Amino acid sequence: METIKIMGTDDTPTVILDAENDIFEISGRSLPEDVTAFYDPILNWLDEYAANPNPKTIFTFKLVYFNTASSKLLLDILMKFEEMRENGLDVLIKWYYPEDDEDMQEAGEEYADIVDVPFEQVSYTLS
Amino acid sequence: MDKKNVKGFLEFVYDFYKSMKAHEITLVYEGEITHQITKAFTSLTESNMAKEEESNTVQKKVFHVMVECLQNISKHADSFGSDDFLFAGRGIFMVSKADAEYHVTTGNVIENSKIDDLTKILDHINTLDKEGLKELYKTQMREGRLSEKGGAGLGFIDIARKTGRKLHYHFLPIDDETHFFILTSTISRNE
Repeated sequence: METIKIMGTDDTPTVILDAENDIFEISGRSLPEDVTAFYDPILNWLDEYAANPNPKTIFTFKLVYFNTASSKLLLDILMKFEEMRENGLDVLIKWYYPEDDEDMQEAGEEYADIVDVPFEQVSYTLS
Repeated sequence: MDKKNVKGFLEFVYDFYKSMKAHEITLVYEGEITHQITKAFTSLTESNMAKEEESNTVQKKVFHVMVECLQNISKHADSFGSDDFLFAGRGIFMVSKADAEYHVTTGNVIENSKIDDLTKILDHINTLDKEGLKELYKTQMREGRLSEKGGAGLGFIDIARKTGRKLHYHFLPIDDETHFFILTSTISRNE
């Protein structure tokens, strides 16, 4: 399967979707000019992956900022994992937040409430 | 410009400067709000706040509020002007800094027909407490559709949540078809 590697910028996150090496990660800042155009390829990739997934998928979110338009698309991504789980797949979301960032922590908790996918909250120190 | 006009203009510039100082305005802009403008203003304000050693929490809140306010204008400001020269996605954007708080103010033209719906949304948000806002955000994220312009109806809720205050807004009449919509968001510096 094709690997997606997008380097992050000021307004778009770093995205790595690498099934071969078991790396699935979105990190950084997300306020793209056109959220749909940015996230569509990622959602499409996940559809393709769901058809032929690894035995276990650990997906990492390590965002420091996202705008409200992105929050909707992040939920769309999480919904894909909910579907995968409904189809009996082993999925875990790791939600990283800077230790002093209550809002980011809360955002993770809210997503965990909405979607039926195992969520692990992980705090880290910004260096 | 003749001499008299030059003098008038210079006085205007100085008055404008004094008025900005009096209202502690650190940034003011009128025009089209593009993605580049949003990036430039947020990074400018971020670096100013960092210089002044504002806490991370305050910096993040101001950043959030600025982005959502700017995107509101770029996605929702209605067009105005004559038939052959229409302006849309434009407005005024201001950031001011007082001793205890930051204010982010936006103003844009809105068609009268949209005022009722907008008022309903804003007033509903203003009736909610922290938990209520959280639930509304979750519902809206789940059920709301991204509009053609990329809005998800989440911006105002996010502003209310991040500031922890009611949304302060006004509509000033412009003409028979439009009003000027002003929204001021306040972020406390003591967090």
